Amino acid sequence: MKVALFIPCLSEHMFAESAISMIKVLKHLGIEYEYVEGQTCCGQPAFNSGYRKEVVPLAERFIKLFKDKEFVVAPSGSCTAMVRIFYHELEIRDELKPALNDLSKRMYELTEFLVDVAKIDGIGGSFAHRVTYHDSCHLTRELGVREQPRKLIHSIKDIDFVEMEKSDICCGFGGTFSYKFSELSTSMVARKCKYIEESGAEYVIGADSSCLMNIDGYLRKHNMKARAMHIADLLAKSLNL
Amino acid sequence: MEMTPSKTKQYIKEALKDDHLRTAVDKATQTALHKREDKVDQIPYWEDLRFKAYAVKQDVIEHLDQYLEEFEKNCKQNGIHVHWAADTEEAQKIIFDLVKEKNVKTIVKSKSLTTEEIHLNKFLIDKGIETLETDLGEYIVQLMDQIPSHLTAPALHLTRQDIGKLFQEKLGADYTEDPEELLQIARKKLRQKFLAADMGISGVNFAIADSGSFCVVENEANAHLTVSLPRIHLAVMGIEKLLPDKGALPVFLKLLAPSATGQKATSYVNFIGGPSSEKYNEGPKEVHILLLDNSRSKILADSRLRETLFCIRCGACLNICPVYQQVGGHAYGWVYMGPIGSTLIPQYLGLVEGKYAPFASSLCGACYEVCPVRINIPHHLLKLRNKVVEAGQSMKGEKMGIAVWAFLAKHPMLYRFATWFPAQLQKLLPGEMAFPAPGYAKERAIGRFDPKGFRKKLFKLEKDSKKSSE
Repeated sequence: MKVALFIPCLSEHMFAESAISMIKVLKHLGIEYEYVEGQTCCGQPAFNSGYRKEVVPLAERFIKLFKDKEFVVAPSGSCTAMVRIFYHELEIRDELKPALNDLSKRMYELTEFLVDVAKIDGIGGSFAHRVTYHDSCHLTRELGVREQPRKLIHSIKDIDFVEMEKSDICCGFGGTFSYKFSELSTSMVARKCKYIEESGAEYVIGADSSCLMNIDGYLRKHNMKARAMHIADLLAKSLNL
Repeated sequence: MEMTPSKTKQYIKEALKDDHLRTAVDKATQTALHKREDKVDQIPYWEDLRFKAYAVKQDVIEHLDQYLEEFEKNCKQNGIHVHWAADTEEAQKIIFDLVKEKNVKTIVKSKSLTTEEIHLNKFLIDKGIETLETDLGEYIVQLMDQIPSHLTAPALHLTRQDIGKLFQEKLGADYTEDPEELLQIARKKLRQKFLAADMGISGVNFAIADSGSFCVVENEANAHLTVSLPRIHLAVMGIEKLLPDKGALPVFLKLLAPSATGQKATSYVNFIGGPSSEKYNEGPKEVHILLLDNSRSKILADSRLRETLFCIRCGACLNICPVYQQVGGHAYGWVYMGPIGSTLIPQYLGLVEGKYAPFASSLCGACYEVCPVRINIPHHLLKLRNKVVEAGQSMKGEKMGIAVWAFLAKHPMLYRFATWFPAQLQKLLPGEMAFPAPGYAKERAIGRFDPKGFRKKLFKLEKDSKKSSE
């Protein structure tokens, strides 16, 4: 089993360590990986801002780069959803459509891949901290991934996992929404962080770097106890990788 | 109070500062959500109902012309007068002509968003016709000279203390914040009006094409009095409200009540199948129905967006929406608000006045999960964002920025440099200065770029692992 990695923009430039953690975990589990050179952005920020024509060449690049790979795995729910769901809304050249349909069946978010495809039941490491989990919107509602990350978290020894209130309510990031409607976005993240704090967790775990950046930024600025952590980092840490 | 979605940014800012409003909205939406969840959990075939409803609506909307003709024919056979209006102006004229012709002096109304859409109250009152809302929530917002802030709970933004003060001020009642006493104050005022009114105006929840009848769903019996006491009943209906036959109705009634109010069924379902008959002499002497287009056929013409016409106005998408929960309904600036409103605003009012609505969402998709007719609202918001951009209504400078970014993203070396650069800049300057996002950074620490970046780290990792295996 070999996976081609898709490293989204935020993972490449801000959360490189999480992407490295993902690789360490894959290696630990005996899953081969490759990094496909030439990859850039999936186009999600522009697509979500209403620019579809501009995204088409990027989508076509992406399809060509990854079309022959057995599995494509990304440490992000929203970027996975972009390819799997939203690329189909674009006016992609006809000759690339079969490749897109095919790619959509083989592209996975990390936790989804580990549990559903690689059939990993447990991770076996240990992490003696109280954690909670944030369901990111696209992962949860576009891809339907809720149980997979929880299954992985539950399999870690000594972990004190608590569900926060409304774990799947939006953190308020929403890409350019957080810029265009910054006050509104702020009041949404404030509420999310209130629920995190009330859970008493030291770490809020998530599978999307964008939400984690937003949440962590608020937690830090307001000197709140919890810190955001990507699930790849949690798995790597628990295994001492 | 004139409101417009083009000022939604300003309304949102104001709403966010209004703690009183936010507490009221939060409390009301949370209660509604809990009640909804509780009822939906009791219906094991809920998802089946949603799929069925979708299929019915799809059929109706795709063959709307045929169903409307069938409905008109059957209404006429039942003795119901049918009127057609293309837009607000036409609808107002038809209604006013009718009011004059029938010598109508006073009107009682039951809750109808469609009449809000054509500003009917203001229009009739300006013409000197006494027009009174009789749904308690609508009565309250009418007294306050506001528009409803929710599809099913018009006064959701107010607390009972607000209402107590309002009744004291406007009706001269003794102050009370007891809901039952408040209800009695309004009831006393309204009961006389029902008996005296010449005309009752209602909305329509569902109209049935093959029988030429329609129903109005409610909890307060005010709609029952509106459609049965005055000598004339006028129903105002958007043309999308049709169902093909009676058989479809239970599907929608079962979906509507839990979604809207967390009830298993509403207290009253009024069926209207024509005027009073000579034989029984019960009900209004005349029944009129006004079928309103007002941009609906334009929406229908776009096959990618016509799903937005499936809406049954239950308000579940408002209650679940993390944006609505923060700011309430007036922030949207129009009669249809919340997630579904944000899809309707640019379609009804155009891409200039409605240009902000599709963007005032984090696209979280919670609305789609609760929508009883499975309207994929977040996907429609995305399509409408594209329409706004294509119409040249996007933020200043954004198009240029996106073009530059798209060019870079096609060239991996350049792209890497363009993203490497801020990382270097951030080494020298504090995050907020290297990456200016004033609104964002006000309450959030700016994320740090990783100066090494993923690729360098990957190469190092691979080098190290080679070394250790040697």
